[in-house]
Amino acid sequence: MSLDVNTIFQIAGIGIIVAMIQTVLKQMGKDDWAQWVTLIGFIVILYMAATLIDDLFEKIRQVFLYM
Amino acid sequence: MDILQIVGLGLAVTFLALILKEKNQVFALLVSLVAGIFILLMMVDQIRLVMDMLKNMAQNAHLNNMYVATILKIIGIAYISEFGAQIAKDAGQGSMAGKIELAGKLIILVMAIPILTAIVDTIMNLMPQIGGG
Repeated sequence: MSLDVNTIFQIAGIGIIVAMIQTVLKQMGKDDWAQWVTLIGFIVILYMAATLIDDLFEKIRQVFLYM
Repeated sequence: MDILQIVGLGLAVTFLALILKEKNQVFALLVSLVAGIFILLMMVDQIRLVMDMLKNMAQNAHLNNMYVATILKIIGIAYISEFGAQIAKDAGQGSMAGKIELAGKLIILVMAIPILTAIVDTIMNLMPQIGGG
């Protein structure tokens, strides 16, 4: 199992960059583009989080439902 | 994993979430969620040791396998529902957290039915027959 703490900082970095892009796009007057960027960043991070949650649940199932 | 690493990770994630919160609430929540998953993933290995010890003790004591399995399942359900409820509470969804906890309690109650039945049966066998002579 890949216990990679870098994922957390990756997610935080994506969040900060998406926020910056959002601010720039809003200043340029492209509000709908800013919305799309936020949505796509959110989906990417959600996918990473879902993979991790799947990993965690699988492990918990192995430990507790072993019998 | 060392406790120092976990505490350091927790502190780093706390400050990252603080920075992210004023820019974007959702990302801050996701970062803390992923950090929670990581800490639990580190802890699962320790829990596994405790569970193995419990299983060995139960086998040595010749306990009924079904009861031990039920108890282990109940402990797992308690951990998972607590985890989910805390995440929902972090997101400000207190009512959803309450519902997750309610579901966890109900499922634990349902899983405990065989044990409760066994206890009641044992007590009924211990008691003198009522009116049976």
